[in-house]
Order: sequence, then structure tokens, then C-alpha cells
Amino acid sequence: MSEPILHVENLGKAYRSYSSEWRRMLSWFGAPVKPIEERWVLRHLNFGIQPGEAVGIVGQNGAGKSTLLKLITGTLRPTEGAMRINGRIAAMLELGMGFNPEFTGRRNAYHTAGLMGFSQEEIEKAMPEIESFAEIGDYFDEPVRTYSSGMQVRVMFAVATAWRPEILIVDEALSVGDAYFQHKSFNRIREFQEMGATLLIVAHDRSSIQTLCDRAILLENGRVIKDGNPEEIFDFYNAMIAEKENLTVKVVKLDNGKAQTISGTGEARVEEIALYNSKGEVAEYVNVGEPIELRIKVKVHRPVETLVLGYGIKDRLGQVMYGTNTWHTGQVIHNPRPGDEYRFVIAFPANLGIGSYSIQTALVDRDTHLTANYEWRDMALVFNVVNIDKTQFAGCLWNEPRISIESLTQ
Amino acid sequence: MFGMLLRAWRYRHFIYSSIKNEFLSRFARSRLGALWMVIHPLAQVTIFAFILSAVLSSKLPGIDNRYAYALYLMAGMLAWSLFSELVSRSLTVFVDNGSLLKKMMFPRICLPLIVSGSALVNSLLLFVAILAIFALLGHLPGWNILWLPVLIVLNVMLGAGLGLVLGVFNVFIRDVGQVVPIVLQFWFWLTPIVYIPTTLTGRYKHWLFLNPMIPLVNAYQNILVFGKEPKWLPLTGTAIFAIVSLIFALFFFRKAAPEMVDTL
Repeated sequence: MSEPILHVENLGKAYRSYSSEWRRMLSWFGAPVKPIEERWVLRHLNFGIQPGEAVGIVGQNGAGKSTLLKLITGTLRPTEGAMRINGRIAAMLELGMGFNPEFTGRRNAYHTAGLMGFSQEEIEKAMPEIESFAEIGDYFDEPVRTYSSGMQVRVMFAVATAWRPEILIVDEALSVGDAYFQHKSFNRIREFQEMGATLLIVAHDRSSIQTLCDRAILLENGRVIKDGNPEEIFDFYNAMIAEKENLTVKVVKLDNGKAQTISGTGEARVEEIALYNSKGEVAEYVNVGEPIELRIKVKVHRPVETLVLGYGIKDRLGQVMYGTNTWHTGQVIHNPRPGDEYRFVIAFPANLGIGSYSIQTALVDRDTHLTANYEWRDMALVFNVVNIDKTQFAGCLWNEPRISIESLTQ
Repeated sequence: MFGMLLRAWRYRHFIYSSIKNEFLSRFARSRLGALWMVIHPLAQVTIFAFILSAVLSSKLPGIDNRYAYALYLMAGMLAWSLFSELVSRSLTVFVDNGSLLKKMMFPRICLPLIVSGSALVNSLLLFVAILAIFALLGHLPGWNILWLPVLIVLNVMLGAGLGLVLGVFNVFIRDVGQVVPIVLQFWFWLTPIVYIPTTLTGRYKHWLFLNPMIPLVNAYQNILVFGKEPKWLPLTGTAIFAIVSLIFALFFFRKAAPEMVDTL
């Protein structure tokens, strides 16, 4: 085993508050002042990263991911523990930081490279490379205020990766910019990796971590709770989230503006709703094209003449991807009695693009909700479609083609 | 502390290019560009000169140029504007660059150094402008002007030292940022820039020796207007004050640095 390029030992970071800022200042000079509160964001972290490893850092918001990255880059200082780094770090946290809109891309690139600690000669030598990688043509010598955000990202990325670092830290920067440049930057990161650079990636989506990383670290409440191969970590992570969300559904319903909204007269109600994957397990993440089932339990509270269940699948922007109801399918329930319960099982393949979707349900009397609206529920359930084994594709629908190619030259 | 300065030395290109950038950014979208840096203090000189000399007809003993009062004002203003720019800009330098400090790793001491550098450039510009005006008004400062670099070094040490301490304070206690400009204004009037020290009567006159800016402003006036050598004895006091405040500032800064980003 070689010397680790990054070694973290009992690392911890606490934010301290004092009863007054004067006391904080006194504490720097060794005065025996106790903080009134210590909030540990990270604690007892121990791990080592070998040169050339690509490590994904996974965790929910507030788990301490960005604090960890800031400690590694050095903008924050650890409160306890030690950290050993053998090599130069390039961090791509927040691309586009510190650009002066009045200056040209070139001058800003110069300035940012200086901020990274490079000398004038080094920057001048690298400048043609930066310019050609950014591929923004004559705009490179125009003020940044005339740039689109994508162009800014291009310049920033080109500068940040102009010199091969020993450790490259990427914080979801890959998801910005246009598809072409995303690909280009992805390739560059791959190249660094092949040349032996160590990668540290923070991302929420499984795909970018699984394609780049050979190891993942799962953070929760400031501790490392799992360290292993990305596949295993993500399964664990998803299970953890699923469990948590089930427990907090009631709370989410109440105060979060984006959460479920329920309206209606209440003659019938959705009692339970869940999504099952092809293995028959409750799932929050489903594979593209996987046969899935939406199971909805409905209870009748007051007598009605007809009962129709409608549902819709919406993408994260609220666009309906697909929706229908039991009026159209000819499955209207007539004269249900109070206390009756029905289970609807809606089976369909998840022929959707990668992303997050929500289910909306409606209990009505006929094909529209305009004559009677027993219950209307937005965001009744949220699930994600991930691409595990299909050909890579773009868009909001999975429509696998068969492509044939024949050579026409002799 | 030595390590800190060594790291700053490695970033000298960055510091230099930042000062240049700051200078150039004045030209962006403004016709007179950096000239405004000179126009502001000169406009103030004109206002004081007009009110005090033409309206109140104060006289300046010991010099027979009829623009004597304007010359005197300009010399004092040259000293004061460097000092006050250093203090007031160092005061907010960490707060203004908060998001940069949180996201990029670079020697933090670069920021006050950039502020000092660009204040120095502005002061030199003002100096050139003042020399030109002196020549127009028919006044030549004489050989004692060669002492000016010494005075500038003292001025920068004093302003940067105080500014750095206040800048660090301002990160933790934001009220400092509000109080200091008021104090600076008070300080301006407690320093003989607009008036002549000999006109001072009043009860508090004997306390003014505590003001380290007085010997400095006085020295500027001596070499630029009266053609005299600076008074070294009171200047020594200022020098000691400047050195002590600068050393304390660096020490204080080093102690504060780890927690600074936590609070920003």
C-alpha cells in the first residue's frame, strides 16, 4: 500500500458561538473562555485516499459534504484532528466565482489563475490552451458581462483544469453548461484520472458517481457511516432516504409549500399510495423501462353514485407526462357504500426519461373533476427514474430505437 | 508570521495583477476613469480653500504665495487621503470578499496587501497631480521633498496596521464598520489639515500630541509647502506607534484567521 495522497484522522469541525464576540476574541489569546454552544458539523472522520482513486461523497443536504470539501481545500480550518495532503488541489466549487463582469474573459482567466497561485509565466504559457479549451471564439476578448452563463462556465472550467492537479474536487459542477461542454469536461476529468489524479466528487445523482468513481463515502450527520463501492453505498443511501421519507410524510404535508396539497369534499379518500418495482418491493428509485405498479387504496366515507380514480405522472416542472382515469378505461364503481375499501393496481412500464416525477391522484364522479371533486391530491408520491442498464439517452421519454447502419461506400 | 509573508510573496503576481485590475476597472464605463481618484480630494481642497480663504479670509503665516492656503491644504490632504483610504478600505475588505474567502484557498493576507497597494497607487497619482498644480501656482517644494518616501512608508504602516485590526474586528462585530467612518471624520478635524496648529487654543489642545497623524501631516506640510525638513522627534513617536500597530495587527490577524471564514 502506497502513501495515501489524502489522509484524514479524527477530523472534526465545530462552529462555536460565544455569549459575546469579545469573548471569542479573548479566546484566541488563551483566555479561559468557554463557548456557549458548539455545533459539530463533522466529527471523528477517519479515512485515507490513495493516489489515483476516484471517490464519490454521498449524503443528504446538511450531512456535512460541503464542509468536508472546504476543509480539504483549506478555506475552513479543522477544529480538531489532522489532515495530511500530498499534492496540489484544484477545487471546482461554484464555477464562475469572482469574475469581474467589466473585464474580458482573458483578463478574468488570468486573475483566477493568479488566485490559484500560478505565476505570470505559467499563466501566459497556459493561456492558449485555456482559450482553445473554452471554445468561445472572439468572446474570449469581450467583457464577461456580454457572456451567457454557459460561456462563463466554459472559461471557468478551462482555467480550473488548465493544470493537472494531484487532487481534483468536483462539486456538481459537471451538471452545468450545455450538453456538448458537459461531455468535454467529463472527458477532461477522465483524462486526469487516467493520468493518475485523485478525484473527489460530490453529486446527488447515481449516474455520475457510478461512472467515475470506484469508491464512495456516505456521510450522515457529520459522520462517515459507510465507505465502500458506489453501488452498495447508493443502495444503502436510497433505502435510508426512503425510510426517512415514509416517517416524515405527515410533517411534509403540513408546512412545506412544495409538498402535498389535498383538496376536495371528502366523500372518498386515498388511504394509501405506494409504488412497487418489478421485484414487488416499495421503491423510490426505478430503472428506465422497468415494469412498475402504482397501488392505491381508496376508502369511501359517504354514499356517492359513481366513483372514478384518476392519476397523472408529472415531471419535476409539473408537466403531466401521462394521465388517465377509470372513466376512460370503463371501470367506474357504481354506488359504493360508506366504509367500502378498494385497491387499485395500476401497472405500467416506467418508460420515462431520467429524473424525478410525482404522482397526482383525483377521486371524482365522472371524466372531469368539475361536477364533483371528492379528493384531489398533488404530489401524492414522488419517485425517481434512473438509468441502470439502458443505452444512454436524453429526453423525458424512453423510446428505445433499433438503429441499423450499412456502409454505402464500396 | 514569517511563513505568512512568504506565502504572500509567492502570490506577488496575483497581488500585482489585482492592483492593476482594480486600477483598470475604474476606466471601465467611466470616461474620466482613474482621474476621479484625484478629482475627489482636489475638489475637497477647492471647497475648503474657497470657504476658508476667500470667504473667511484666513491667512497663513510664513509663506508669501497668495495661494499659500491652498498649497497647505493640498499637502495635508495628500497625507490624510492615503491614511483614510487605507483604514476605510481595510475595514471592509474581509466582509466584502466573504464569498471569495469561503470558496477559494489563497493566502488571506493578500487582501489587505492589495488594498494597501492600490491605496498607494492612488496616493502617488494624487501626488503627481498636486505637483502639477504646485508648478502652475508657481511654487517649488525644494529638496526636502526627497523625504517623502519615508513619510509614505510610515503612513502606509500606520494606516494598514490600524485598518487590518479594524477589518478583522468588523468580521466579528459589524458595528465597527459603522463606527469607524464617524471616528475618521472626527479624527480629520482633530488633525491640523484645514487649520494651522498655532491657531489652536481651547482646553484640549494639550491632548493632541496623542494623535499620531499630527506629526505625519505636519511633516508632509513641511517638506511640500514650507521647504523644511520634517520634525524627527515627534515623527519617531508616530513611527513607534505605526510599527507596534502593524505588528499587533499581523499577530491579531493570524489568531483570527481560522475563525474568520466560519463567521463570514
